[in-house]
Amino acid sequence: MNKINLVIQREYTTRVKKKSFIIMTLLTPVLLAAMLIIPGYLATKEDNQAKVIAVIDKTNITEGAIPQTDYMKFEYVSGTEVETIKQNFAKSGYYAILYIPENVLVSSKVQLYSNQQTTVGVNEHIVKALDGFFTNIKLKNENVPMDIMQRIATNINVDTIQWTSTGEEKAGSAGLVLVIGYISGFLMYFLIFMFGAQVMRGVMEEKSNRIVEVIISSVKPFQLMMGKVVGIALVGLTQFVIWIALTFGIFYGAQSVLKDKPDGNQTTSISSNIMEKGNTQIAKASSTGKYEEMFKEISGKFSAVNFPLILGCFLFFFIGGYLLYASLFAAVGSAVDNDTDTQQFMLPITIPIIVGLFVMMNAMQAPNSSIAVIFSLIPLTSPIVMMARVPYGVPYWQLGLSAFLLIISFMGTIWMAGKIYRIGILMYGKKVNYAELWKWLKYKN
Amino acid sequence: MNNFLTASNVVKQFANHLALDKVSIDVPEGSIFGLLGPNGAGKTTLIRIITQITAPDQGEVLFRGKKMTMEDVYHIGYLPEERGLYKKMKVGEQALYLVQLKGMSRTDGLKKLKYWFEKFEIQTWWDKKVEELSKGMAQKVQFIVTVLHDPKLLIFDEPFTGFDPINTNLVKNEILRLRDNGATIVFSTHIMASVEELCDHIALIDKGKTILEGNIDEVRSRFKPDTYELKFKGDAQALRNALDSGIEIMEEPTRGNIGHLILKQQSRMPVRDMVTAINSTVDIISFEEVIPSMNDIFIRAVEGTNHKQ
Repeated sequence: MNKINLVIQREYTTRVKKKSFIIMTLLTPVLLAAMLIIPGYLATKEDNQAKVIAVIDKTNITEGAIPQTDYMKFEYVSGTEVETIKQNFAKSGYYAILYIPENVLVSSKVQLYSNQQTTVGVNEHIVKALDGFFTNIKLKNENVPMDIMQRIATNINVDTIQWTSTGEEKAGSAGLVLVIGYISGFLMYFLIFMFGAQVMRGVMEEKSNRIVEVIISSVKPFQLMMGKVVGIALVGLTQFVIWIALTFGIFYGAQSVLKDKPDGNQTTSISSNIMEKGNTQIAKASSTGKYEEMFKEISGKFSAVNFPLILGCFLFFFIGGYLLYASLFAAVGSAVDNDTDTQQFMLPITIPIIVGLFVMMNAMQAPNSSIAVIFSLIPLTSPIVMMARVPYGVPYWQLGLSAFLLIISFMGTIWMAGKIYRIGILMYGKKVNYAELWKWLKYKN
Repeated sequence: MNNFLTASNVVKQFANHLALDKVSIDVPEGSIFGLLGPNGAGKTTLIRIITQITAPDQGEVLFRGKKMTMEDVYHIGYLPEERGLYKKMKVGEQALYLVQLKGMSRTDGLKKLKYWFEKFEIQTWWDKKVEELSKGMAQKVQFIVTVLHDPKLLIFDEPFTGFDPINTNLVKNEILRLRDNGATIVFSTHIMASVEELCDHIALIDKGKTILEGNIDEVRSRFKPDTYELKFKGDAQALRNALDSGIEIMEEPTRGNIGHLILKQQSRMPVRDMVTAINSTVDIISFEEVIPSMNDIFIRAVEGTNHKQ
């Protein structure tokens, strides 16, 4: 069909040439890559300022129990009270005051005072150190011999291992799966909504410009509608492919750049300071090593996820979900004269999308709950919900059924939208309601 | 009937009203056919059926003797009343897109567009966005796009709206030139003066029915009131006496010494005898039959049908 190609071409090129498209396309991967890199980067960097915490220990036994780190120093101050330090807190340079009361063994409570919210890292560090320390003391008080205590010390690590149908085992990553599920589900919601709305605006533009009659005197209305829907889908796919390529490009680019970077001055100087002080802690690694480790970790986790399947599913469900919604959006755009009239028809379209979004959030936690399974089969919500489930692994029959239902229903909505569209685009100055739309559906020609 | 375009007994029912009730028109090849009618008469619906935008409930449209199909739309150039262009698109790009939709190749379209843009002296608009053009300018572009692919059948719905007199003339001459080059033109308008000027045939539609159809001269003579306008020098009273009682005389104000009378034939007195009678009493300056304007015919025909109902 030569004519429908022309329509697709126009829809595609006019949109791809727009400044907003170019900016969106280039900026999003930068943000996405930043989302991948920055948390890892910050995690390796920690805080570059050493936090000094004053410890008032009423038990006088914990000195040395809390290990110093590169960024956390514990300074024991004796013969003073919290209130006294508090008064000159700003000048003292302390980050916080740790108060260990005499009855700590009974109450199991210590207090951390500060004029700011202390970080989770600091809290956890203290809790972990004191937990072990006081457990040992308690055990000692119960006359448990030292060697037994050492033998019973346990530290459980969970390695998640997933096996596939072929029996192959691989290290899983619950966290990453969750993030990927979330990102792809959310992206799906966003893309369907954004490009669906573009279809609607495109249809309304043609109608309000009064160009539509000129065009449908040479192209069938259905061809015009499908040309627009397909053209915009191609815009979406183009954008998506560029996003994926650029995100990974930037990610691996950043990897090689950071790898080659010489040791960060700050980190080295701090570690050498610590060395000089004769601290027993050994600075773990130079900064280069850290980056390398970070990227290795991220890439390693990536390899544990079935990316081809996720990408394949994403593309399929995007196309399916988009066709479903875009045709509905096209029907709405054809039925109204201006933006304000769209409201009444938009609601029934937006509600399933929003429901899908909420179920998706739920499905990330419980990907095989019955609600997640059901909504990942219902065509109006399946693209969004299914994407949250796919990274966890979905039975093939469910994927198949969901895909089948989606195909059936987008064919149905396209057919329906075509009927409404054909009448709607030539209908001016008439307030349209649902009864009217129903009539249009029943017109033969 | 071997006409170029025939619509026979076309019926189109919308939800609450009958837009076309067995309308038939015959458009002879190479003619300019005026499709007239008051607002809401069903003209646009009929045009949309001809252009295959909608299908009739009953009846059919024959194009060159065969039932019209989607393929035939390549041979139609249609300028709808509700017309516009993509505002954000460049003029040239857009014109090229629209003519390609009519089945022209890119290179042919480009060549012809260049020719027409030069002819209408609008080459400088090529890279402008449509939103930068005035309404009249946009209409010019639309006109070009409509006729560019040399369609056999051209349908213009109110082609002159938005044009100044100079451009109206330009377009009018183009329409006549297109007809002379062999195109058949269906022309829908409310401006009766342009109908008189351009059309060879007309059909008048009202309330979904054809109430008047035929060659324009034939239609006009059908509405002839059998009156004659006479300008003369001489004795008015002598003239009155000389004229037969079968002639009703309506006097017009006399300017200077020129007498002015409207004569209405009551009995079928031959015109020649009438002239002889007048000639023998006064000096004739002019004597002509009063032909009703399309405007009068339009009003009379439409009101006439309204009275019948």
